[in-house]
Amino acid sequence: MDPQAPIVIVGAGQAGMQIAESLRQEGHVGALILCGEEPHPPYQRPPLSKKWLIDGGSINALAVRGPAVLERLKITLKTHCRITAIDRNRREVALADGSRLAYDRLALATGSLPRTLPIPGASLSGVLALRGIADSLAIGAAIRSCAAEGGRIVVIGGGFIGLEVAAAANKLGAQVTVLEGLARLMSRVTAPVVSESFARLHSAHGVQLVFGAQVAEIVAYEGHVAAVRTTGGQEYPAACVVVGIGVDPDDLLARSAGLACERGIVVDDCSRTSDPLIAAAGDCTARRLPSGELVRLESVQNAIEQGKSAAAALMGRTRPFVAAPWFWSDQFDVKLQMVGLSRGYDQVVTRGDLDKPAYSAFYFRSGRLLAVDSLNRISDHMQAKKLLDQGLSLTPEQAADPQFELTSLLKPRDATAGGA
Amino acid sequence: MSSAAMPRITYIEPDGRAVTLEVKPGLSLMRAAMEAGLEGIEAQCGGNCSCATCHCYVQPEWLDKLKPPSDDERLMLTNVAAERRTNSRLSCQLIAEKSLDGLTVRFPDRQS
Repeated sequence: MDPQAPIVIVGAGQAGMQIAESLRQEGHVGALILCGEEPHPPYQRPPLSKKWLIDGGSINALAVRGPAVLERLKITLKTHCRITAIDRNRREVALADGSRLAYDRLALATGSLPRTLPIPGASLSGVLALRGIADSLAIGAAIRSCAAEGGRIVVIGGGFIGLEVAAAANKLGAQVTVLEGLARLMSRVTAPVVSESFARLHSAHGVQLVFGAQVAEIVAYEGHVAAVRTTGGQEYPAACVVVGIGVDPDDLLARSAGLACERGIVVDDCSRTSDPLIAAAGDCTARRLPSGELVRLESVQNAIEQGKSAAAALMGRTRPFVAAPWFWSDQFDVKLQMVGLSRGYDQVVTRGDLDKPAYSAFYFRSGRLLAVDSLNRISDHMQAKKLLDQGLSLTPEQAADPQFELTSLLKPRDATAGGA
Repeated sequence: MSSAAMPRITYIEPDGRAVTLEVKPGLSLMRAAMEAGLEGIEAQCGGNCSCATCHCYVQPEWLDKLKPPSDDERLMLTNVAAERRTNSRLSCQLIAEKSLDGLTVRFPDRQS
């Protein structure tokens, strides 16, 4: 691997920035071109549906790194830069403005795109989705105007994004309805007991929750959204609609270029694609586990860890991403922290106080620990993370026993003061 | 803000390099380190006290001069990736103020 040859990174989000920084740490000294479609330097997305949406604040406060860092690391950031094609034979990418960029090696960090509703009215004015800063600003403005004028916000989708936006809107004084197609909240990722806790939390704050609501149409009045109608014929008045029904990996470029894709760019645990000169990281990927199973993660941790792996891969090194996946969500005063993947669980036990709520749900398959969701139980989360990272398990009985110390399974550590 | 009023914080990177930054009062030590591009910090959750990847060791003589950790921070510190020491803190919870001028913190060898 020639450390002098140019590397192009497509996508300037958290993953793209991590690849760039890690490439410098890995000793790449040649040109490093980071291409992003948005006008902003790399920024953090999680606050866009949480604190930043509620408090506002400067765009600079979201930046992953300060502007001086790009300069110091000699990372050429191209904003407003859309890549339209990858020519793997000539090792070039084509830009929307008609120009081309030559690469020696390439990294893809194109992220994901919010799913759109295939129903009439989905593109009306006042129907919003969340991906970037501009979307968060638009949603924030719509919430504030609803709060001021007494209009109602309808959130379609009771997953992380939908619920975080609902909590933010409620906190800002707007009336909120959440329409969820299935029978409970966050059903794709959590057990019923956790869904219940969040349903109680939102209801207690006055958020209206509707389950089994299949949306049929977004109804307009004078060109602007007025209501959401379900297949059952119910109409929910809406001054603004936020659609949060999940995201799809943005793998179009990779697919068009003939890279292996399967609902995401297929990578191994070292972030290598089917082309040895191309690595990929973050939301746009589907990672092949040693078991052959594909896993898609949408998280900051995934963007960062796969970003490190991708940089190493482009430098001819192996740096597998093996840590247990973790996620977090903030809704009202509940901090939800999740570690592991609960898919395929056959048993859930809880530990702690369900009413407060301050408890953790432990997911098992055949008695082996798969994942832990913690609601306001930070130490459970941190300890579970350690257990899963070390490939350790505990029994369901131990998890449920409040007297049992989770740390007793871990290697003991010394708590000594070390010099700063 | 004149630089005279900005506390100078020294960060020691895992490889031993010392970097001194003038940090705007009110800004967290994590945020200042991220903006400066320091390598020993990840801050994956962006300052939410959710990830413990902005772990640092505070020079012991400064420990008493800092606001004690909140319950959340104390709990997050129970299982940081690197060794937890009695002078371990999360830098996202340390807010710069004039009285911290001269503080030194060291980043551990790993954050995740």
